[in-house]
Amino acid sequence: MDASVQHEQATIPDGDKLSSVMQTIAEHKGCGTSGGSGKASCGSGAGENDLPPEIWEKVKNHPCYSEEAHHHYARMHVAVAPACNIQCNYCNRKYDCANESRPGVVSEKLSPEQAAKKVLAVASTIPQMTVLGIAGPGDPLANPEKTFKTFELIARTAPDIKLCLSTNGLALPDHVDTIAGFNVDHVTITINMVDPEIGAKIYPWVFWKHKRYTGVEAAKLLTDRQLQGLEMLTERGILCKVNSVMIPGVNDKHLVEVNKAVKSRGAFLHNIMPLISSPEHGTVFGLTGQRGPTAQELKALQDECEGEMNMMRHCRQCRADAVGLLGEDRSAEFTTDKIMAMEVNYDIDSRKAYQEAVESERVAKVVARQEELASLAGQSSDIKLLVAVATKGSGLINEHFGHAKEFQVYELSTAGAKFVGHRRVDLYCQGGYGDEDSLETVIRAINDCHAVFVAKIGGCPKSDLQAAGIEPVDQFAHEFIEKSAIAWFKSYLDKVNSGEIQHVVRGDAEIRQGALTSAA
Amino acid sequence: MTLKIIASQCTSCSACEPECPNVAISEKNGTFVIDPKKCTECIGHFDEPQCAAVCPVDNTCVIDNSFPRYQPPA
Repeated sequence: MDASVQHEQATIPDGDKLSSVMQTIAEHKGCGTSGGSGKASCGSGAGENDLPPEIWEKVKNHPCYSEEAHHHYARMHVAVAPACNIQCNYCNRKYDCANESRPGVVSEKLSPEQAAKKVLAVASTIPQMTVLGIAGPGDPLANPEKTFKTFELIARTAPDIKLCLSTNGLALPDHVDTIAGFNVDHVTITINMVDPEIGAKIYPWVFWKHKRYTGVEAAKLLTDRQLQGLEMLTERGILCKVNSVMIPGVNDKHLVEVNKAVKSRGAFLHNIMPLISSPEHGTVFGLTGQRGPTAQELKALQDECEGEMNMMRHCRQCRADAVGLLGEDRSAEFTTDKIMAMEVNYDIDSRKAYQEAVESERVAKVVARQEELASLAGQSSDIKLLVAVATKGSGLINEHFGHAKEFQVYELSTAGAKFVGHRRVDLYCQGGYGDEDSLETVIRAINDCHAVFVAKIGGCPKSDLQAAGIEPVDQFAHEFIEKSAIAWFKSYLDKVNSGEIQHVVRGDAEIRQGALTSAA
Repeated sequence: MTLKIIASQCTSCSACEPECPNVAISEKNGTFVIDPKKCTECIGHFDEPQCAAVCPVDNTCVIDNSFPRYQPPA
């Protein structure tokens, strides 16, 4: 089909048209992708109205930066950077189980040439793939030649793809000009502390200028270089996100200071992630029994840091070679053997058509939310509560309770529905959890929620959820999440006001250890 | 003497390769190896052997006792 015809179809704001465009593209490519139905997660508070227009323009198609975008756009990481220049107590470079999925872990290394081919193959198969990131498995800037060679090759062949990288920051000041030269406009720096005394508990050593530094001296060097690099990037107009790992008892309280330090230096988004720690990962923290935070501990810290700066809450702590929408991983479809055998025809027009159709879908979602929000006007209540949502993406309640591998969590108040996180419930490689009833796992993961919204749910789990004090809600199947959640909240408030039910505060919930797997 | 890399512990991360001042390190069968003829233990270049200093796995780049100590030229 001619690309211009797809283009016309794509401008019609209709979900059916979107699938038709996808189908057309799929047929055109001779591939079997089902496109837009990937399992999406949800985002930072950042929406169109929260960010300056020039920043919104840069992030609106970037799943790792924008709440709106991550429902619709995909990213991929290429593992061209195996070497690292620091050691972190939450990282173990030796570990790669096929079912394992954590930052820093990959299944195969790629050369820059293989990586460029892979990017083209993926972008041709998945038209919503808009972002290419280099995130390791080591540090991209400890492998500057491989990293920049990859960027150079991709910029030449697929100029519409955004480039970004994620670094520990130690080598960052040395490479800022090169980064700017490649039009890399998104950089993520992992900053876990600004106090070297705390840093010494997180980083055993750093390697800098031909010398290994340890202890407080190492941490001092690292924090100085990180903050210097952050300042240099923001001075040049490059968007910076800061990732921080929340380690209870080590840096949890201190991250409020980190938040202030990075905000004052121009970072536009802060992503506080829970520590992933389990003895079988073989990390220092895993072996010493350092625990990760609970769901409420994480949320409380994110809430505390949320002021003028947007907090990112949809991070899935994905692998350094992940492919697809956040929350799904299609990397197994694109192994080196497969991509080298693929005949790639990079069609920039059909990618554009798909992306325009996605824009229409996004607009429809935002309109639905705003209409329902208007109906809350005039209501006043101090009640704030959490609800869990089973979704496959596109901002809809469209997943069966029993099929959900994770739930999105929204905080409801008279101010509206706000995405505040996601909870994993899939079972895999979990020491101590293996034989357990999966329903109990789900209840533990969403124990702080008052209700769970699903497309469908069986009778048995329904009564178990009710017994646990969580209301299963299936009346909004296949409707927009935020619109439905606000409608439900309104009727909840009515029932509380009429005395039909009493509002009770829920307890805490567990964060499952381990990042999202690619296991289907 | 020279340094060697314990193959079973090498993660093949390649961090050591560009650090070696003697270009003695290369990839072989999935892990990295040090050419004992080229290794100088970094004497005359740096205060500590660079491969060992940058290696993410402790006790993986170690002195190989089967070779005599490196003697820097007088």
